[in-house]
Amino acid sequence: MRERSDFEITRRDVLKVGAVSVAVSAVPLAAKGQAPAADAPVLSKVSFNVNGKAYNLKLDTRTSLLDALREQLHLTGTKKGCDHGQCGACTVIVDGRRINSCLTLAVMHEGQSITTIEGLGTRDNLHPMQAAFVKHDGYQCGYCTPGQICSAVAMLGEIKAGIPSHVSTDLTARPTLTPLELRERMSGNICRCAAYSNIVDAITEVAGSGA
Amino acid sequence: MKPFTYERARSPAEAAAAASRWPGSKFIAGGTNLLDLMKLEIEAPQHLIDVNGLALDKIEATPEGGLRIGALVRNTDLAADERVRRDYALLSRALLAGASGQLRNKATTAGNLLQRTRCAYFYDTNQPCNKRKPGSGCSAIGGFTRQHAIVGVSEACIATHPSDMAIAMRALDAIVETVQPNGTTRRIPIADFHRLPANTPHIETTLQPGELITAVVLPKPIGGTQVYHKVRDRASYAFALVSIGVIVQRDGQGRVAVGGIAHKPWRVEAAEAAMPKGAEAVADGLLEGAKPTKDNAFKLPLVERTLDAVLAQAKRA
Repeated sequence: MRERSDFEITRRDVLKVGAVSVAVSAVPLAAKGQAPAADAPVLSKVSFNVNGKAYNLKLDTRTSLLDALREQLHLTGTKKGCDHGQCGACTVIVDGRRINSCLTLAVMHEGQSITTIEGLGTRDNLHPMQAAFVKHDGYQCGYCTPGQICSAVAMLGEIKAGIPSHVSTDLTARPTLTPLELRERMSGNICRCAAYSNIVDAITEVAGSGA
Repeated sequence: MKPFTYERARSPAEAAAAASRWPGSKFIAGGTNLLDLMKLEIEAPQHLIDVNGLALDKIEATPEGGLRIGALVRNTDLAADERVRRDYALLSRALLAGASGQLRNKATTAGNLLQRTRCAYFYDTNQPCNKRKPGSGCSAIGGFTRQHAIVGVSEACIATHPSDMAIAMRALDAIVETVQPNGTTRRIPIADFHRLPANTPHIETTLQPGELITAVVLPKPIGGTQVYHKVRDRASYAFALVSIGVIVQRDGQGRVAVGGIAHKPWRVEAAEAAMPKGAEAVADGLLEGAKPTKDNAFKLPLVERTLDAVLAQAKRA
């Protein structure tokens, strides 16, 4: 596919330019402790690291981490499903923990390290969890898959750390890697194609190999 | 979402002071419920005070032999804490029954107590709702009410409190510690923290404007067998129809708190004296004065049967 030329301006770019010019007048108001003019966007600065790369951004305070990743950094591997924390398609790993990137503001992540699906593996060098999803056919349409994979990678870390789950029979024992445990721990990731049994197989293989 | 200004607070006192300086401001910690509501413009704060930088993320032993849980301790960390798993198993179990792994990694102890109802009419901004818009009426009454409250209801509101964690906190007699904008601190017993709807369902707790939760304190462990059982429409990641937390001692005495049936964690201390007699006697006391609807009358026998199952499980343990 042809690279987009510098002279082509998308609708998104126009919206971004518009937001910046309005915010110049909104920021001094905020500093004085006054409410912003109705519906005028407010900009705020934030610096964080995504997949090993440092970013300094000036964003509308309303921007979710998900929208910052997709719309500002063009890391579109992370998907927007419900945008309300119910589906898990937006799952990313922040400072080692899986979270719903739709239910957090980008400006709340000052100084933090974010890993998205693009940071786990590349086309030529897949993360073991990506390879296992391919091998076990852990998807059909693929829309939930980046979230499933980020979630699964961090979830195995939670098991390794000894964090119990709703189905753990003994709260104080080390958690086991049964399909029941994996299903409970992955319940925040919905797959409407219902590839669940293959997803469990893929995760089980990676967990068994200690990756 | 409505535009808002944003600041990062550096101390609890600074956060509370900022809240009093900014009428219409909100604290944000995990944000998993607040941002959900802001996207729908059910909440529309003009200013957000990010409290994540406050050093309130520790779980510490108290001189009385209990635990002080910082307001910002994440649900995952609280459920996994060794002392909580060993001495307050009910709290671990309740936390693990709630939400998803991703949400528990973000959601905080204080935020969990302050989360708002999932009543579908509260969420539907096209419908009247006394909680969302005081005085506009209740669309749930006469509507689809399978999820709604059966005790402590009013003519203005029949919404439930959605928290699992709060049910355990109620059974464990937790205390909520706060700081107010003028710098004074107070300790609120969990029994007095959440309010019944009465004719002001939009006022859900006894917190004053700008008052910030700094910790939740657990008294020293009381032992017993602790069980939490949540009945819901799917096996995981759903709100309770009915949930029951019990602490049962060797002599059969104990405590019961119930979720999914009221505007606050439901506990009737007087009913607990009947625990050695079994579930039916306790449920009679717990549900006295209940006003179910046609849709949710099933919760009356469901409370009794779930309690019966939970007491049997406690006996086996």
